[in-house]
Amino acid sequence: MKSVNDLEEIRRIIGLHKRWDLIFMITGIVALMIAVLTFMALFAHMLVDGMPRLSWDFFTSFPSRRPESAGILSAWVGTTLVMLVTAIAAVPLGIGSGVYLEEYASKNLLTEIIEINVTNLAGVPSIIYGLLALGLFVYQLGFGQSILAAGLALALLILPVVIVATREAIRSIPVAIREGAYALGATKWQTVSDHLLPYSSAGILTGIIIGLARAIGETAPIITIGALTFIAFLPPSPVKSEFPYVSFEWLTAPFTVMPIQMFNWVSRPEEAFQLNAAAAGLVLVVMTLAMNGLAIYLRYRMRKNIKW
Amino acid sequence: MTEESRNKIAHAGKLGYSFRRHLHERLIEALLFLSAILSIAIMLAIIVMLIKESFVFFQHVSIWEFITDTQWTPLFDDAHYGIMPLVSGTIVSSFIALVVALPLGTIIAIYLSEFAPFTVREMAKPFLELLGGVPTVVYGYFALLFVTPILQTIFPELPGFNLLSAGLVMGIMIIPYVSSMTEDAMRAVPMNLREGSYAMGATRFQTAIRVVMPAAFSGIAAAYILGISRAVGETMVVAIAAGMQPNLTWNPMEPAATITAYIVQVSLGDLPHGSIGYQTIFAAGLTLLLITLAFNIAGHILRKRYREVY
Repeated sequence: MKSVNDLEEIRRIIGLHKRWDLIFMITGIVALMIAVLTFMALFAHMLVDGMPRLSWDFFTSFPSRRPESAGILSAWVGTTLVMLVTAIAAVPLGIGSGVYLEEYASKNLLTEIIEINVTNLAGVPSIIYGLLALGLFVYQLGFGQSILAAGLALALLILPVVIVATREAIRSIPVAIREGAYALGATKWQTVSDHLLPYSSAGILTGIIIGLARAIGETAPIITIGALTFIAFLPPSPVKSEFPYVSFEWLTAPFTVMPIQMFNWVSRPEEAFQLNAAAAGLVLVVMTLAMNGLAIYLRYRMRKNIKW
Repeated sequence: MTEESRNKIAHAGKLGYSFRRHLHERLIEALLFLSAILSIAIMLAIIVMLIKESFVFFQHVSIWEFITDTQWTPLFDDAHYGIMPLVSGTIVSSFIALVVALPLGTIIAIYLSEFAPFTVREMAKPFLELLGGVPTVVYGYFALLFVTPILQTIFPELPGFNLLSAGLVMGIMIIPYVSSMTEDAMRAVPMNLREGSYAMGATRFQTAIRVVMPAAFSGIAAAYILGISRAVGETMVVAIAAGMQPNLTWNPMEPAATITAYIVQVSLGDLPHGSIGYQTIFAAGLTLLLITLAFNIAGHILRKRYREVY
């Protein structure tokens, strides 16, 4: 019977092709491993070089000309303050425009332009934000090379991340929730503030954390506005003992941040400074990985728990 | 008036048009609109700022000289303003990065979308996201102090600063962006296309290459274009590992500067506001913005197309 032979023939050909399946599967795993191993090598290299430098003194000392006594005090304080400005500026603006685009905007040309623009802003290289901040904040508005200018530059940089996260979180809420609120006579803002925002808060938070993790690691825009690489003092304290107890002097203070401190140490020829760079890099990577990990965990839990 | 109709009127008063409530709503809507319109203001501010400073620069240096001169020495006494050395550095480092990132990213994406078991995919995706979250200055450190020494054992004449190791590390860095977007595009391909292919006796690999990839073509192309745009705009890896010497070369074994590395280099010095050096970084920035904007718009068009198919 010829047809049986044909079947055998077809099986043989399929078997041959299945071998390609296997070959590709191995290629795929190898490709994935290249990415994984590179990351492992990076982490291990920094761990070996940087771990001995990590001590309490490293966190509480100012940078110094002598590598063994240099630390990252001014860098992590600067990073914290810059992040504070970034969060305060980016979070309300990002959530506000996400809510507007998702709930209020009618489908028209302006909305479409805004949407294309948000996508484009996400693709603008970070160093361009630095040039914008240098021209606009540092010179035009006269903020100087300050924490305020740096924080605002990073806020503009992460704005698209917050907007997109807000939109996606709000979009995943079923229409029935909105209809229920409107049916009871709620206004649009009541619907948004009492229902949509609370229900989407985990998703929005994920976006904010990812954005801030990215901002912590950004170096280029802050170098561009002319942040100094050697700062051996702290900005004025935001809390004061006498009335009105809070001070905003720190906003205009010169500063440095963790990635710039690391960059400064990497670009020195002495090996002792490069060990410091490894230690600073380790702190930086652990910080960003912890934030990204938290965001991924939040997203995972959210997906599991919410059943509309 | 009956009891019933009086109740009706009372309710109408509560549920009907309330001026205060209306005003409150309008005010909030206006505020939200302002924050949405801010993104356009940012884009305009970027363009205006770059063009304004570049305009002053181009009054001093002709556009022709800017494009054709083969030297970039704006801070020397014998100043030359040819953007070509910076562009060549950018092209070479981006090219190496893409040679690494596009094939590896695509293979990972095909593997995760068509081959990998559920648990592998669930573990690999967050891991790749973490890889994309590592600060670029750390990748620069890795390129200079880990990859370059390894490469030097293979190519003994390789200088400490070179485009090769910067490009390689940049490629690894871009893999997550390429693979995650490519995978999204491939998973968006409807299942019945694959089922049809399997029913005809095709294997997974054949289905992936001949059915899924062509169907997801515009999405994959968009991922590639965004990868290119990211490689062109990447700053810290090249600033640390490639050296900052503007050098008109196509040889990856040499040190060179990219557009972004030049901006970093100048910003590190104490540059007086309004000097020609200050303006050069805006002219370089404008060049960079134009290149990446062109890629971003192309990517946007392609992505829109693949969304409309399904």
